[in-house]
Amino acid sequence: MSTSSSLSFGSLMRRPETGSFLGLAAVFLFFTAFGGTNFASPTGAASWLNVAAQLGIVAIPIGLLMIAGELDISIGSIIPAGSMTCAIISGHFGLPIIVGVGAALALGAFIGLINGLLVIRTAVPSFIVTLGTLFAVAGMTLGFSVLVTGTTSVAIKVPEAKWLLGDFIGGIYQVTIFWWIAAVIFWTFFLHASRFGNWIFAMGGDKVSARNAGIPTDRVTIMLFVCSGMSAAFVGLSQAILYNSAQVSAGQSYIFNSIISVVVGGVLLTGGYGSVFGIVLGTLTFAVVSQGIYFTGFDANWASLIIGVLLLGAVLMNNTFRKMALSYAPKKAGK
Amino acid sequence: MAFDMGATILSLQGVNKSFGPIDVLHDINLEIRAGEVLCLLGDNGAGKSTVIRLLSGVHKPSSGTITMDGKPLNFASPREAADHGIATVHQFGGTFPLMSIGRSFFVGREPVRWVGPFKVYDRKTANDIAVKAVQNFGITRIEDGDRLVGGLSGGERQALAIARAVHFGARVLILDEPTAALGVKQATHVLRIVNEAKRRGLAVIFITHQVMHAMAVGDHFAVLIRGAIASDFKKGEKTREEITDLMAGGASMATLEAEIESNMAGHDA
Ligand SMILES: Nc1ncnc2c1ncn2[C@@H]1O[C@H](COP(=O)(O)OP(=O)(O)OP(=O)(O)O)[C@@H](O)[C@H]1O
Ligand SMILES: [Mg+2]
Repeated sequence: MSTSSSLSFGSLMRRPETGSFLGLAAVFLFFTAFGGTNFASPTGAASWLNVAAQLGIVAIPIGLLMIAGELDISIGSIIPAGSMTCAIISGHFGLPIIVGVGAALALGAFIGLINGLLVIRTAVPSFIVTLGTLFAVAGMTLGFSVLVTGTTSVAIKVPEAKWLLGDFIGGIYQVTIFWWIAAVIFWTFFLHASRFGNWIFAMGGDKVSARNAGIPTDRVTIMLFVCSGMSAAFVGLSQAILYNSAQVSAGQSYIFNSIISVVVGGVLLTGGYGSVFGIVLGTLTFAVVSQGIYFTGFDANWASLIIGVLLLGAVLMNNTFRKMALSYAPKKAGK
Repeated sequence: MAFDMGATILSLQGVNKSFGPIDVLHDINLEIRAGEVLCLLGDNGAGKSTVIRLLSGVHKPSSGTITMDGKPLNFASPREAADHGIATVHQFGGTFPLMSIGRSFFVGREPVRWVGPFKVYDRKTANDIAVKAVQNFGITRIEDGDRLVGGLSGGERQALAIARAVHFGARVLILDEPTAALGVKQATHVLRIVNEAKRRGLAVIFITHQVMHAMAVGDHFAVLIRGAIASDFKKGEKTREEITDLMAGGASMATLEAEIESNMAGHDA
């Protein structure tokens, strides 16, 4: 029998995160070289870890949806919607923060539920469905905010909740980093160790066969959309608590950034392949590039060029790695 | 598992199927018995795939009855048919190319073990069982359950899919053109596996366009021509030429060849 746990070159090559690890190492070395000692210092690290944490919390459920063959771009407006909901309830109306947080999460879950139901009922591609909810939710957030508060920016002061959602550890590291770590542990278990994970991979591979094999594909799809909606709302409300205010338009960049992180993290655009660890690496890569540029003498606009090149490189590399993974066969020992 | 060899498992009586105004199957009568390979033959569009879709729960007959073990059968979905032991293996076998052998073998039926308070997918058990199941069908080249299904050859994938069906207690194995995309050697492998499944007492429905493949494993043959059973015979009752003619839709091969020749001549002119 084979020793399948051995760390051979072959087994490394067929892991979805190998490419993203190389990418992260490359950008890290690049910015350490050009960004000087500041980039890798605790303060420098905080700048990109803080960005990575907020992005990472949404990127993982987005990645899982992509592995399952779906896409969710409505997070771009669920984030500000969660932010505003929390700020209006606990800031404008002064209700306890727990109510604001609960309402924001419930809203995220509700929008996710709508997304999921629309996708399974209409069979319209999830890109289009969530494009619709992206605009609908953006409009509603703006409309309600103006209606209720008369403004598009609401202040929220909740010192009692800071330690949980808006504080800086050691003065520089956002507590969100710990939420991200918790999310990574949870999703890693979910995708790679629980049977649900196998269902998600199977759904991304072939939805009809997965359903015929007895997987409740509709329920899994809805659940994934609910999770991405809630994660986005969570990021939104934690931003509101962190910055003591919420704006109606503060999430659109997350749409592309999360997809970039997921793809750079080795998730196949066509679904059926990827890993949580890879998504974490992809998120870190994105954060390192977008923040690392400020440590160099280069104009910050160049960061987009690097990210674009990384993304294209990742897509090409993912294809290569997938081919290698497919063709990999263990060498016969002896005989 | 104890099978009653030769007992009728599935039976179709006067089955018709139409899709709206299009009549696809007319008055189909068939018996499918344990430990027997039924070869379903016929030209493109004759209705072979439609017959197996009726049996595997994808479609319902427009009229007529299908019985399983003597009881009328009424499957709402392929999943229900699978639960009753009717397993369909499609042309490319494994449909999850990017999943490992162990994981795809157990899709929807993952083995789990407890790690503290958590139920965890039992990769080792899954891999061991999957590898053993395929090896029992003579594919000893597969040793590592972590290999991706997409990296297997077409024949190996068929073997994996058939082994999976047998492992999960299939009594009827439906194979729609399992040898179509395979080379000679791979096809031989699949035929050997079909024989092995039959030896274990499964009923096999085997669709193919290749007379040689049909004759190598078939016990019983049914030829469909434009949706009706044109001929139903047992092994040894017809020669290879007669079967070939039937498969071509009734026209004799000789006539067909003459036709081709005159067509070619027409083009040359
Ligand atoms: N869902 C459907 N709606 C309408 N017509 C259909 C449908 N499914 C099959 N048919 C028609 O029924 C006929 C038989 O099709 P079927 O797929 O059973 O043929 P087949 O014998 O499997 O052919 P092949 O050897 O090419 O696979 C064809 O003319 C096809 O167009
Ligand atoms: Mg067919």
